Amino acid sequence: MATSAIAQPLPTAPGTVRTLRIFRKETKYEFLKLMRTKSFSLSTIGFPVMFYILFGIANRNAYAGNIHVAKYMLGGYACFGLIGAALFGIGVGVASELAAGWLELKRASPMPAPAYLFAKCASAVAFGLIIVSILTVIAVSLGGVSLTSIELAKMLGMTIVGSISFASMGLLLALLVPANAAPAIVNLIYLPMSFLSGLWMPLRFMPHWLQGVAPALPTYHLSQLMLSIFGYQDSMSLATHWNALIGFTSLMLGLSWLIFHRKERNA
Amino acid sequence: MPLSAIAFETEQVAPRAPAPVPQQPIATLSNITKRYGTTVALDGLDLSLRTGEVVALLGPNGAGKSTAIKLLLGLIAPTSGTSRVFGSDPRETTTRTRVGAMLQVARVTETLRVREHLDLFRSYYPNPLPVSEILHIAQLQGIEDRLFSQLSGGQKQRVLFALAICGNPDLVFLDEPTVGMDIEARRALWQQIRSLSDQGKTVLLTTHYLEEADALAHRIIVINKGRVISEGTPTEIKRNSGGRTIRCYTNLSREFLLTLPSVTSVEFNAGAVVVAATDAETVLREMLLRDETLSGLEVTSPALEDAFLALTKN
Repeated sequence: MATSAIAQPLPTAPGTVRTLRIFRKETKYEFLKLMRTKSFSLSTIGFPVMFYILFGIANRNAYAGNIHVAKYMLGGYACFGLIGAALFGIGVGVASELAAGWLELKRASPMPAPAYLFAKCASAVAFGLIIVSILTVIAVSLGGVSLTSIELAKMLGMTIVGSISFASMGLLLALLVPANAAPAIVNLIYLPMSFLSGLWMPLRFMPHWLQGVAPALPTYHLSQLMLSIFGYQDSMSLATHWNALIGFTSLMLGLSWLIFHRKERNA
Repeated sequence: MPLSAIAFETEQVAPRAPAPVPQQPIATLSNITKRYGTTVALDGLDLSLRTGEVVALLGPNGAGKSTAIKLLLGLIAPTSGTSRVFGSDPRETTTRTRVGAMLQVARVTETLRVREHLDLFRSYYPNPLPVSEILHIAQLQGIEDRLFSQLSGGQKQRVLFALAICGNPDLVFLDEPTVGMDIEARRALWQQIRSLSDQGKTVLLTTHYLEEADALAHRIIVINKGRVISEGTPTEIKRNSGGRTIRCYTNLSREFLLTLPSVTSVEFNAGAVVVAATDAETVLREMLLRDETLSGLEVTSPALEDAFLALTKN
């Protein structure tokens, strides 16, 4: 065993370099995996793009007061797309890796647990950015939407914020929901929540009683922050939206942490 | 277990545990009890692994084999008792860099190539084996660029084996390693497990194939209902479970045969008598002396399978 005694002090020196490399590889392969999983990549990118082409482009000449409807819908479908990538990528992805025992094998290895979570989160962000970029290109080229470069930069920034926020919800769902039911349950939460927060069509076109539900939903607050980039937000203050989104994210992460530790204790 | 107590004390003084001296267990489960609600998975289990040995954990389904492995991997915590690997907590990252595991995984990430899976798992370890060597050991040459989903059942098992050994670990856990493999692939993997042991690595494997335990293990631990019910070399296990069987044609009576020392049973089968005895030589000497016409003599050791069934039958 002399060799291992000599070998042990060595890894501590380049430890950080090695840890960074693990984070990089974990992220790279998580992204590649999602990209190659057609059921994920085609639907998470395809649905918001298709919906935007159907409903957004159709409104290229529609204005409601000062609001360009096609531009308003760009904000809505950007949120719809990035939330889908985060909920499906992490909610369904982690749930199935948990159920299959794959996560257990990784946990038995010296992989640092944060690398796994970082990779999932970073991939959700990457998909969010891809979706929002594609939507933006379509909006500008086909929808007659004009965007300043500052607006675009803010949109991409908000995409990162939103992806991280909803990644936390994906994590909680993954811990709660059985893997074979995960896609259905994610849809049952994601689709009504998107509709009720006005991600598909502006809230003002919906019945009044329905509009009252929106402020209770995290998707609404994210979409209001996104729309505020264009000056299209409702009357509620931006601070309220930020607080709601941060509160929601903290709640999801806190519950995930509690459930994870309870599971670990009972394992 | 005084040995693990010593290991614990040394760890308190110096954070890095000293390299284990030969014959000191490198991994131990001491008086482990594991309950899931009211179900008892392990009930006061003691188990220790020494450098360079291949140990097979045998037992019927639900005996607690996988639970024991998960405790040694630090994936689950015991209800009571202690689990130590290389003198420290199995959950420590420094411990995990010296351990490799092949677990029963229902579904591996299917859209990554064999080479990519290896690249990722190698990055977890400070001193991994070169990719070419891993491909050679796990016999994955020629399929390293295939997606995992394109592999056959046996090839998938070999990839999981490759992931277990890619970090060049000193201790390898293999949970049902040859499930789904054909005979040829199974024997090839046995050869690789033997060569791990030749390199001084310690292997703990669970298996349903008794032939596998017989062919590979230096030591077999039979567990049932969470307890060790027998432990020893394959030969010892066979001997401890009813000895050998003498089959012959003889005119000696059943009553007489039953009076001979160490005879456990006498049965007649198609005109032949079948005598089970732990001390077959003495019984046989006496039988030959008393019956000069004795013919058609066969003496057999029970297959490990019979020994195993005898041991686990409550």
